[in-house]
Amino acid sequence: MKSSTTLDPVLKNAPKAKRRRSFSKRDRLTLGIFIGIPTFLHVALVWFPAAATIYLSFTYWTGIHIGDIQWAGLANYENIFFNTPIFWDALRVNVVWLIWFGAIATPLGILLAYQIDREIRGSKFYQAAYYLPVVLSLAVIGVIWNFLLRPDGLVNGLLGLEISEAVSFFGDDRYNIWVILTMASWRHIGYIMLLYLAGLKAVDASLREAASIDGATEWQSFRKVVFPTMKPVNVIVIVITIIESLRAFDLIYIIYGSSGGLPILGVLVFQNIAGEGASMKGAAYAVILFLLSIVPIIAYLRAQFKEDMK
Amino acid sequence: MSVIEGRSENRAEKKLSKEQERLKKVKDAQKVKDRIISVFIGFFAIAWLFPIVWTFYSSLRPYKEIRAGGVLSFPKVLNFDNYTSAISRMELPTYFFNTALITLPAVFLILLLGSLMAFVVTRYSFRANVALLLLFTAGNLLPPQLVFIPVFKMYLAIGDLVGDRRFLYDSPLGVILIHVAFQMGFATFVLSSYMKTIPKEISESALVDGASVFTHFFRVMLPLLRPPLASLGVLMTTWIYNDFFWALVLMSTDSKRPITSALGRLTGEFVTDYNLLAAGAMIAALPTMIVFFVLRKQFVSGLTLGATKG
Repeated sequence: MKSSTTLDPVLKNAPKAKRRRSFSKRDRLTLGIFIGIPTFLHVALVWFPAAATIYLSFTYWTGIHIGDIQWAGLANYENIFFNTPIFWDALRVNVVWLIWFGAIATPLGILLAYQIDREIRGSKFYQAAYYLPVVLSLAVIGVIWNFLLRPDGLVNGLLGLEISEAVSFFGDDRYNIWVILTMASWRHIGYIMLLYLAGLKAVDASLREAASIDGATEWQSFRKVVFPTMKPVNVIVIVITIIESLRAFDLIYIIYGSSGGLPILGVLVFQNIAGEGASMKGAAYAVILFLLSIVPIIAYLRAQFKEDMK
Repeated sequence: MSVIEGRSENRAEKKLSKEQERLKKVKDAQKVKDRIISVFIGFFAIAWLFPIVWTFYSSLRPYKEIRAGGVLSFPKVLNFDNYTSAISRMELPTYFFNTALITLPAVFLILLLGSLMAFVVTRYSFRANVALLLLFTAGNLLPPQLVFIPVFKMYLAIGDLVGDRRFLYDSPLGVILIHVAFQMGFATFVLSSYMKTIPKEISESALVDGASVFTHFFRVMLPLLRPPLASLGVLMTTWIYNDFFWALVLMSTDSKRPITSALGRLTGEFVTDYNLLAAGAMIAALPTMIVFFVLRKQFVSGLTLGATKG
């Protein structure tokens, strides 16, 4: 593939020019269908609705007739920022989530990958154990953890508490966020480990060996040798950590439904779509969520499309 | 002269053996360290699996026993009764059928449309190629909350237009389409980075032979895409199987919902018999677990395809 770029420009361009000219009508139609159908579907069901949500976030709408849409300016946003304390609670939960993932869960996943990559004894089994939760549906994960944490579950049993005095892990504000973060990490750590492990496989093993022979400590060889060579994977891991923390809502949705319990941005969107007040506050929440995730999305795209952009 | 020479040789030898000793020490220390780390990671791996194992164990016990003697009571009865009654009382076969009705066509369409898109974008030089690829990849990263409200309204409006309110809303078709629209972005991205590694010469010779675009894709490229298609297929099947969100918000008739969405409702309904619910959750998790154990390689490479570029 590299060789084709060094070809004589005339030779290189010749088949291209020929190709362009030689498109028959049928071929042009085929190409049109090949990109037309996917693009139409994608734009119609992803980009158009996304744009519509952004527009709707500036309106009042009961959601029934399109003619009823009324321009509201920034009213929905003002309402959220100044009159909806739960928004700030939710934002705080998202930030805590992000800090937890960024400072604890993701580094743990990386550490695991780094250790497992050395093919220590039983590494195949460990790998499997850590990423088994990644294949489970969050609906199943909800049931599984409920088994440990419900009032007559294992944890309360081990604490020796009767149902009447049991700790309500999901209901009590002192515990619920930490319990949910534990559940989320159970999945996230395995996912990060998997991604990182794949990246590590590509790092030349002799590099690490050389570093350890030269007397570098484990930490030094990771920081100075392995980490810098992993730049593309690092970007992806960081982006995934941020996006997952912002989007986080399935788990909360499966535990509490849309009724709340633990406020988080992703769930607020759904609490505010059902007609009452017709303020399209839900759309505004979705836009806020989108704005927060723009930075990691762009970072990801830049990392992935670096070569194409040149 | 010869004495001095001999001495210096001797010294060199000594130096060498010292160096070897140091190396051996480093290696021995590493071995001990590795063993400690291995035990540590092993301990955590077992802790990791514990919630699943505990749920499985509980699913083998009747709930009556736990109500009578607590979670820690010694099991008197261990059998699969909960499983047989979960299958009949929770109507699991119906939900499995619904899942298949959504998952199989969705995965097929994602792979087909994704590879068509990737094919055109990487094999034909249009000016919009990179832009299209960017559009698809970025679309895949948008939060689903951002598109939900308009998609919901559009589905209802299109339903009215067709004369059948349940044409897209509350129908498998609508859920399939939204999955396809979103995940196609990921598939396109992954497949296009794989296609870039396939030598251009293969395409060129096909074109010289006068192959039409149609033949070029289906006869020449598609067979070469088997490995990434297998990985993506496994990954997409797991994702769509596990998703409960779209089916929950875009379907209103419970008996049409896939198994993971149904599990959420069953959690509320069977609140009086948790162990039955555990059996239901284990059955719901079974297909993905089988995929995980049988097709682990494909699953892992699918997950990491996008992250590490082939």
